[in-house]
Amino acid sequence: MTAVLQTRGLCKRFGALTVADNIDFTLEAGARHALIGPNGAGKTTFVNLLTGRLSPSAGTVVLGGEDVTRLSQQERIRRGLGRTFQINSLFRGLSVVDNVSLAVAERRGVSGRLFRPASQLSEVRDEAMELLRSLGMADDAQVVIANLAYGKQRLVEIAITLAMKPRVLLLDEPAAGVPSLETHRILDVLDALPAEIGILIIEHDMDLVFRFAKRITILVNGATLLEGTPEEIAADPRVREVYLGERHE
Amino acid sequence: MRHNGSYSASPRIGLLEWLPWAIGVAAFFLMPEYLSLGARILIFILYALSLDLVVGYAGIVTLGHSAFFGLGAYAAGILSARFGVADPALQLLVAMTACALMGLATGAVILRTRGLTLLMLTLAIASILLEVANKATSITGGADGLSGIVVAPILGLFRFDLFGKTAYWLCLAVLFVGWWVTRRLIYSPFGASLVGIRENHVRMVAIGSPVPRRLLTAYTISAVLAGVAGALLTQTNQFVGLNVLSFESSGELLVMLILGGVGRIYGAFIGPVVYMIAQDMLAKQFPEYWSLGIGLLLVIIVLFARDGILGIIDRLVALTRKEAR
Ligand SMILES: Nc1ncnc2c1ncn2[C@@H]1O[C@H](COP(=O)(O)OP(=O)(O)O)[C@@H](O)[C@H]1O
Ligand SMILES: [Mg+2]
Repeated sequence: MTAVLQTRGLCKRFGALTVADNIDFTLEAGARHALIGPNGAGKTTFVNLLTGRLSPSAGTVVLGGEDVTRLSQQERIRRGLGRTFQINSLFRGLSVVDNVSLAVAERRGVSGRLFRPASQLSEVRDEAMELLRSLGMADDAQVVIANLAYGKQRLVEIAITLAMKPRVLLLDEPAAGVPSLETHRILDVLDALPAEIGILIIEHDMDLVFRFAKRITILVNGATLLEGTPEEIAADPRVREVYLGERHE
Repeated sequence: MRHNGSYSASPRIGLLEWLPWAIGVAAFFLMPEYLSLGARILIFILYALSLDLVVGYAGIVTLGHSAFFGLGAYAAGILSARFGVADPALQLLVAMTACALMGLATGAVILRTRGLTLLMLTLAIASILLEVANKATSITGGADGLSGIVVAPILGLFRFDLFGKTAYWLCLAVLFVGWWVTRRLIYSPFGASLVGIRENHVRMVAIGSPVPRRLLTAYTISAVLAGVAGALLTQTNQFVGLNVLSFESSGELLVMLILGGVGRIYGAFIGPVVYMIAQDMLAKQFPEYWSLGIGLLLVIIVLFARDGILGIIDRLVALTRKEAR
């Protein structure tokens, strides 16, 4: 197994508050890895450190064997790092297919063209439609995001990121806010993702985590408490304490 | 009638989009006594169009667009009055170059900021320029304005006449080119990414878009368009006053654009037409009520018709369609 994404001694402090505390983490190629932990544990912050949206107070981020700690978000994206947002971050005034097309165009490197009409680049729209079809969303392609059901908005959130064809995918609570009856659709989509993509998923829905992940890391107060297979995690008494809100002595 | 650049929007020019040009040509023959007002309206349409590109499409809020309008006006004027260059094409070219450089230089610095900070910075730049123009009297004429501007006949054929016929055609032709270029841009992939930035700045960065560069490009192009409008004003009036750089000029422009409708291309057409005709009719007759009226109008628009006159028309059309069914 080779590591596609790795952190060494990653720290992030907001003033006196330490939100990432010396995190050593490894994501293997093609991984199905879950990061869980109570609210405020620092999971979203960790994702932001990985993508470069935040810069760490100390430590390094290694992507595909290369130290990317000093690289911008854009440079990390070009190296195959994609992420979704815990809170929908969509182009609300645009249709579903236009949302996805923007990401397709960026990846294809055609988004800066000044004069040719965008609609003449039919390959961009075709690819966006193809992706939506594979996610079972073809019927909603023309719907403007603001008029789309919340659960479907979560799928668009994923679709935009998939359009970037990432090698490493960071999913920040993809099922957050989705009624439990609909989470199976999200899970179906996740299950169908190409096996070679390394996936790190943050999720509160334990059913989803245990069905999807082959490996689980638990983050508490910005530090990794435990890592192991779902069986190991389920059997560990400390997990229960964390999730019952008790402090571990 | 929304014109949003996207990968699914057809760029074909609709029949209705030719209407402004038909009106522009017809007005020349039907209202010969209003040609100077007409030329000023055409100039302000171009100016408003340049503002729509940054405010309506790229989502850059600016109150300092008069910096570019004024710079263009002064560049053309100074070139003629101080350097004796009377060729109108050359005057336009120099105004465009000056504004491109200015747009690049200031944009590179201020576009790193957003929201209120950006707003204040655009205002500051326009204020600095106004102060420079005010103090450098030997070049700009200061508060007295810049006169002695000569504009040679266009292409050596059409001289600027007393009735403003040539000026009107020049303004209409240049506006047409400006409209065509802007429309092309809006329907291009670049235009689509501007809309993306306006809709969600954070996500555009997250999908790998070079957002700062895109904004700088839009800002610079807009600066050039505003500069052209300024230079046209100089050529039409053969005079430049400090008011081209004033904050009131930027504010008035923003009012016109909001009145017409932001981010729709043709809001920049309707706004100046309605505003300037109303101003021409009412401001002279009721000078004491003009500002009050504009203020009230703005309140009404912001409260009840966020998307301006074109937005109201859109809703009326949708309503009649529903009833027809
Ligand atoms: N930009 C910030 N400035 C200050 N504190 C922050 C910032 N972002 C997050 N935090 C704090 O860091 C902690 C971890 O937040 P977060 O990473 O969102 O947790 P999680 O995603 O695990 O719920 C919280 O206490 C939060 O208030
Ligand atoms: Mg979070």
